[in-house]
Amino acid sequence: MRIEKHPILEFKPGKIVRFTFDGRELKGYEGETIAAALHAAGIRTMRESGHLHRPRGLFCNIGNCSSCLMIVDGEPNVRVCVERLREGMKVETQKGKGELK
Amino acid sequence: MRQIEIAIVGGGPAGLAAALNASKLGARVILIDRNDYLGGQLIKQTHRFFGSKQQRASERGIDIALELAREVMSNEHIEVLTKATALGYYEDGVLLVEQAGKIIAIKPERVIIATGGAEKTLLFPNNDLPGVYGAGAVQTLVNVYGVKPGQRVLMVGAGNIGVIVSYQLLQAGVEVAAIIEAAPRIGAYWVHAAKVVRAGVPIYTRHTILRAIGEREVKGAVIAQLDENWQPIPGTERELAVDVICLSVGLTPLTELLWQAGCQMTFVPELGGNVPLRNEQLETSVPGIYVAGDVGGIEEASAAMMEGALAGLNAAASLGYTCDTLIDDRQNVLQQLAGLRSGPVGEKIRKGLAQCSL
Ligand SMILES: Cc1cc2nc3c(=O)[nH]c(=O)nc-3n(C[C@H](O)[C@H](O)[C@H](O)COP(=O)(O)OP(=O)(O)OC[C@H]3O[C@@H](n4cnc5c(N)ncnc54)[C@H](O)[C@@H]3O)c2cc1C
Ligand code: FES
Repeated sequence: MRIEKHPILEFKPGKIVRFTFDGRELKGYEGETIAAALHAAGIRTMRESGHLHRPRGLFCNIGNCSSCLMIVDGEPNVRVCVERLREGMKVETQKGKGELK
Repeated sequence: MRQIEIAIVGGGPAGLAAALNASKLGARVILIDRNDYLGGQLIKQTHRFFGSKQQRASERGIDIALELAREVMSNEHIEVLTKATALGYYEDGVLLVEQAGKIIAIKPERVIIATGGAEKTLLFPNNDLPGVYGAGAVQTLVNVYGVKPGQRVLMVGAGNIGVIVSYQLLQAGVEVAAIIEAAPRIGAYWVHAAKVVRAGVPIYTRHTILRAIGEREVKGAVIAQLDENWQPIPGTERELAVDVICLSVGLTPLTELLWQAGCQMTFVPELGGNVPLRNEQLETSVPGIYVAGDVGGIEEASAAMMEGALAGLNAAASLGYTCDTLIDDRQNVLQQLAGLRSGPVGEKIRKGLAQCSL
């Protein structure tokens, strides 16, 4: 779901990097956020709420609301709307509260 | 412990203008932002601004942000801390900042809080499903990262932001099914509204969203018409097949630091929620703490820059700094602010501000 043509903006993508989402290998651009790369791959669900196990995705996209918490390289509660994508990142759906191991 | 003359929290238009103006008088400044870039909300605003030349009319927000950020970065009186979150302000005047997992304690003589606002949500069943976004979220995704939020959007709210973001979605090749607005008339400038209507997007006033449809993600929305008492009229329900519901129902000031610092606050609906009391200098009830921009009341980027300039000048002047043109500079900013807030467009802001002056 990337924008191909735009009348005003020019998107200068960084270099292509690989990362995994729940074990699935995906590609994105270095320097974009994890959330942007997931959206580009058509993935909008990021975690499951604690009590009712409701799916959650982006709401604010600027690090304000905690709707987008995921497990990144084993670390829970990462706001993927502001965390930048890097080569080899392991991104996982977070279920409930994060647990630091 | 770091000592500094002025610490500014927030690197949006308000914080940037504050830093530039305070340093212009000679004060030493630390500018703190939790993002890894400066510019705040401006970095996604692709349309041209209204107003007079002095307020940068006809420039695009993205260009203003870049220019101000560059000026700040190359100013040797200003130290910039990005990826740095201000966590709290304590009785002994210490500001705690977290950066890269480390805590930095800063003891500033003056603090300017310019933390901006957060988007409001709306109550309806399924409003937590993936696919329900704040308008700012969609704008960031589309204009900063070049990624679409989905294929077909229902925009809720026909104020400036709702209408502008709808237009920006069209520019990005995303379909906008409709814009709905609970009020009997749209709040956006006519020029923008006319543009989206001409592009084929209907605007339904006196309409609301009843619920989002979908199990795991948004698949649709049910909207309905409202009566004079803002109640849904039975039989007017309509289902729209959309995969994105974009909420543009206003912002609320991001005031945590002000509460924690003990600033007197008051609820002013016209300004978006709880706001700090402040005097003409933009100083709060806690001496030495100033506010500027959306955190003091939701307005717009030009006003945020003006307030930032004022807070920066005043904070520096209170430390004894001055220059030949200080009085004129201040007067000039005040006049521009008054201009921005004049006429019927500024009525709400004027009413709001009257309720929170010290
Ligand atoms: C979707 C949307 C569209 C808009 N469109 C327009 C428009 O078309 N024209 C217009 O004039 N205005 C528009 N605005 C409004 C305009 O962007 C804001 O009024 C303006 O950006 C406010 O400036 P500010 O500096 O007060 O806050 P912001 O730009 O919000 O900046 C605040 C900064 O503070 C930082 N911050 C917050 N808390 C902390 C903390 N604890 N520690 C460190 N940093 C922190 C944030 O990261 C952010 O960078 C729009 C706003 C939105 C949300
Ligand atoms: S979407 Fe709000 S914090 Fe990430």
